[in-house]
Amino acid sequence: MAAISQSGFSQSGFSQSDHPRSDDSEADRPLEGSVRLDLYRTMVLIRTYEERIRQEYHADKTPGFDIGAGKIPGEMHLAAGQEPVAAGVCPHLRPSDALTATHRPHHLAIAHGVDLARMTAEIFGREGGLGHGRGGHMHLFDPAVHFSCSGIIAEGLPPALGQAFAFRQRGTDSVAVAVTGEGAANQGAFHESLNLAALWKLPVVFVVEDNDWGISVDRGASTAVADNSPRAAANAMPGVRIEDNDVEAVYRAARQAVERARAGEGPSLIEVHTLRLWGHFEGDPQTYRSDLETVEERDPIPRYRRLLLEAGVLDEASAERIAADAAAEVDRAVEFALASPEPDPATASAYVFA
Amino acid sequence: MTVVEEPASKAAPPPPRRLTMAKAMVEGIAAEMERDPSVFYLGEDVGAYGGIFSSTTGLLERFGPERVLDTPISETAFMGLATGAAVEGMRPIVELMFADFFGVCMDQIYNHMAKIHFESGGNVKVPVVLTSAVGGGYSDGAQHSQCLWGTFAHLPGMKVVIPSTPADAKGLMISAIRDDNPVIYLFHKGAMGLAWMTKTRRALGEVPPEPYETPIGKAAVVRSGRDVTVVTVSLSVHYALDVADELATDGIDVEVLDLRSLVPLDRDAIVESVGRTGRLVVVDEDYQSFGMSAEVMATVAERDPSLFAVPPVRVAVPDVPIPYARALEQTVLPTPERIRSAVRQVMG
Repeated sequence: MAAISQSGFSQSGFSQSDHPRSDDSEADRPLEGSVRLDLYRTMVLIRTYEERIRQEYHADKTPGFDIGAGKIPGEMHLAAGQEPVAAGVCPHLRPSDALTATHRPHHLAIAHGVDLARMTAEIFGREGGLGHGRGGHMHLFDPAVHFSCSGIIAEGLPPALGQAFAFRQRGTDSVAVAVTGEGAANQGAFHESLNLAALWKLPVVFVVEDNDWGISVDRGASTAVADNSPRAAANAMPGVRIEDNDVEAVYRAARQAVERARAGEGPSLIEVHTLRLWGHFEGDPQTYRSDLETVEERDPIPRYRRLLLEAGVLDEASAERIAADAAAEVDRAVEFALASPEPDPATASAYVFA
Repeated sequence: MTVVEEPASKAAPPPPRRLTMAKAMVEGIAAEMERDPSVFYLGEDVGAYGGIFSSTTGLLERFGPERVLDTPISETAFMGLATGAAVEGMRPIVELMFADFFGVCMDQIYNHMAKIHFESGGNVKVPVVLTSAVGGGYSDGAQHSQCLWGTFAHLPGMKVVIPSTPADAKGLMISAIRDDNPVIYLFHKGAMGLAWMTKTRRALGEVPPEPYETPIGKAAVVRSGRDVTVVTVSLSVHYALDVADELATDGIDVEVLDLRSLVPLDRDAIVESVGRTGRLVVVDEDYQSFGMSAEVMATVAERDPSLFAVPPVRVAVPDVPIPYARALEQTVLPTPERIRSAVRQVMG
C-alpha cells in the first residue's frame, strides 16, 4: 500500500481511495434503527455484567478490602464506560474472526460472543470456566470465537498478527482485531506490530482504547503525541481517532477497517477516546484522578439512551425490556458459575503440556 | 517420503551418509515442510542468507517466500506472530538468531507461547518450534555466547531440546515440529559444522535419509563406562567423549550421558547411570548457579543420595558473563581440560 494521504485522517475515518466501496454520504446517514438498538443492547448487557461482577467481587471482601479474598479473588479490571468500543467494533466480526483483548477484556469478550456462562465461571475460578480456573479474568480463551486476552500491555498484538497470518495462509477472509489501551501505544510491541502488519499487509485492525489513564498517569504525562492515530501513518496504514466515545462513529470506522482487512488491503488503526468510568482495578481509590467530577456526565450509556429515545428508535418499554433481558442473561451466567465446582487441588499441575 | 535424491541402486549399498548438524537440521525441517503444509519458518536472515548459522540453507529456494519468511528485526512481533499462527493450527518454526536475544522478546515466549495452553485449561494448543543458536568459544562476547537453556527450562510450559549430533538434530527437529507444545530447539554454533568456525571432528555424523523421530525426553548413553558418569548436553558432549577416549588409556572408564532434552528431563537415565558408577560429573556450558548442573545433582540426591560414592562435581560457567578475550573465555567455558580434571577429581 502506498503511504496514505491526509484524507486518511478525516473524521469519517478513511479516504475514498483507501475504500472504493464506501459511500461518501454514508457517514452522514443515520444508522438503521435495528443496528442502533443492537449497539444499545450490547452496551447495556456489558454494563449489567460489569455492575454484577463488581457487586459479586466486593460482596465478601468486607470488612476491610482483601484482594485475595472472596468468591472472586485477585485483581479485577472492569470496563464500564468503554462499552462503545466493543459494541461498535464487534458487529462487523464473525465467530471465525479473531479478537485479542487486554487486562480489561469483559466488554470485548461479551460483544464478540464468548460463552458468557463459562467466562463467568472462569472469573469465579471454577472448574467449569473457559480455562478450568487456570486463567482468571485477564486470561480468557474461547477458541470457538477465536478470542483471547493478555494481561501484559501491548503483548496481545503480536499473536493477533499470527492469527491474521494463518487466516490468510489458509485462504480465508477472516480478520484479526487487536485491541489495546492508549498506554500500550508507547510499548515496543505496539510499534513492531504495526510495522510488521503493514509490511506483510496482514488482515488486522488495531483498536486503541484511549481512556485517558494508564493506571494513575494521564495520557499527557506519558505520551508525546496528543492522539495516537498519526502513529498509523508512521507505519503506512490509515488511522483515525473517534472522539466523544461515540458508539456509532466506532461502528462506522470499524466497518471500513474490517472491510479493508477482509479485502486483503492491509491493516488499519482506530483510536477511540473512551472513558474509564471506574478505577483501574476494583479497590483503586482514584485519588490521583483530576477528572472525577465529570465522569458521570460522560457515561456513554445514558447519553445513547437519550439519543435513541429522542430519535424514536427506543421507547421506555423496550428500554426496560432490554435491561431486564440483560439482567436475566447475567443472572444465568452467575448461577452457572456458582454451581460449578472449585478445581480439585490434586489437578494443580495439569495442563502445563498438551 | 524421500528427502534426498538417492542414486539408483547398484550392486553395492552406498556408504553411510555423513552430514553436518546444520545440514541434518535443515533436512528435518524440509521433510516436515514437505509432509505438512501448515509448517513454515520465519526469522531474521533465514531466507536468501539461509540462516546465519546455516539453519535454513536452501529452504527458501525449495519452499518459497510464503513459507520461508525473512522478518524485520522485531523479535517481539514475529515471536508473537508465531504463537498466534500456532493457536490457529499452523506449525511455525521461529528462529531467534541468538538465544542471547531472548531479552527483547521474552514476554512473548514465557508469558504467551508457554502459558496459553495452561491458562486456557488445555483448550488452546501452541505447537511452535523456537530455534536458536547458543554457545561460545569464538570470542563473540557476553551478548552473543550464552547457552541460557537453564532459563528456558526453568519456566514451565516449554519443552527444551538440545541436539549434539547430526542424527539427533534431524530426529529431534521432526519430533519438535510434530509436538503439540512449544519446543525450544537450541543448536550450538560450534557443533553445526560451519566452515567458518573451529569444529570438533564429531561435527559430522551419519544421518539416515528417511524422516524419523528422536523421542523428546530420552537421554542417550553415548559412551558406556563403569567408573564415572558425565552428564551433559550439546557441544560439551563432544568434549566429554574426547576426554573419555583420552582417559581410557589411563584405565578410567567414563560413561557419557547426553541428556538431549532438559524438559522433559530423563531423570531415570541419570539415576540409573550414577547408580552403576557412583561418581557424577555434570558438564554445563550454561551458568553454574540455579541451573542444569544443580538439577541433575538434585535428581540423584532426591532419589537416593547413597548412590554417590563421592561428592559430585560440576563443570559449568562460573557465574560471570562470557568474557571476550580468548584466554579469559577459555577459562570460563567447560573445556576438555576442565572436564578432564573434574573426572580425575571424582576418581580420587
